[in-house]
Amino acid sequence: MSGAEAASTHAQSAHEISLRGYITGFLLSVGLTAIPFWLVMGHVLTRPGVTAAVVLGFAAVQIVVHMVYFLHMNARTEGGWSLLALLFTLMLVVIALSGSLWVMYHLNDNMMPASMSDMRSMP
Amino acid sequence: MPDTACYAQVEPRFYLTTEHHPSNGTLLGFWIYLMSDCLVFACLFAVYAVLGRSYAGGPTGAELFDLPLVAVNTSLLLLSSITYGFAMLQAQRNGLRGTLFWLLVTGALGAGFISVELHEFAHLIHAGAGPQRSAFLSSFFTLVGTHGLHVTCGIIWLVTLLVQLARHGLIPANQRRLMCLSMFWHFLDVVWIGVFTFVYLLGVLR
Repeated sequence: MSGAEAASTHAQSAHEISLRGYITGFLLSVGLTAIPFWLVMGHVLTRPGVTAAVVLGFAAVQIVVHMVYFLHMNARTEGGWSLLALLFTLMLVVIALSGSLWVMYHLNDNMMPASMSDMRSMP
Repeated sequence: MPDTACYAQVEPRFYLTTEHHPSNGTLLGFWIYLMSDCLVFACLFAVYAVLGRSYAGGPTGAELFDLPLVAVNTSLLLLSSITYGFAMLQAQRNGLRGTLFWLLVTGALGAGFISVELHEFAHLIHAGAGPQRSAFLSSFFTLVGTHGLHVTCGIIWLVTLLVQLARHGLIPANQRRLMCLSMFWHFLDVVWIGVFTFVYLLGVLR
């Protein structure tokens, strides 16, 4: 009994688990999921570019909501090491994604002409 | 002579008296594994971002993706996240039966997610849009398939944990395993947010 109690108090100190937190996170993520689906399936906004930007914005917010309410991220977990690892990973992800897109976009521009006339007009 | 007198008064200590390490290294280690997994998915997302419009004259995402089906899948995974949360709350209150029940519900929702995804894959392959059709479909199957593989491993882990819990109860070791699987399960939900937004919603918009 005392061992189980110790484990549960440790769990409490490492991750604050509460019904209110889970319900809040769930309701937020239902809204943040439903609105992008509605925007795309209902063709609510006329310009696809605006819809894409809004949908990506919702995804970013929903990821933060999941991190906070479901994964219980905060600056104190594991003495701040969890957050540090997360921030480092995010930096690597941004470099990998933006770098790949940047390099490959230019590669497509330079290497793959769409037609023969394009190829002839190239310098 | 004054030196020895000084040492006699204050006993020298060559170790730290306060613990500065995290008390349970497993959770931090597992978190770092999840971060490395995050990099795997980041690379697959980058591949999809680069190849996602290389249709090779084949079908596009707008023609193939069935958004209502994806919405069903997304809600299954989202529901499984909250039911796992209920299992954690039951475990915190030392309710073994409640923990087992909510874990079973979570596993069932996860299995539902996998079966819907397999149905979608079978439908695509049957329609001639298999992974060998175009670079777009290769990267699509790799990204979504890797996520599905992770969920499948999560379900296997969940079943193993159910057996361990039924045999040994909520001992500290099982509490730790429950916490690790919780992180794994919620992490997969976070990856799915990226998948349904970046692959399906933006794919239909294009």
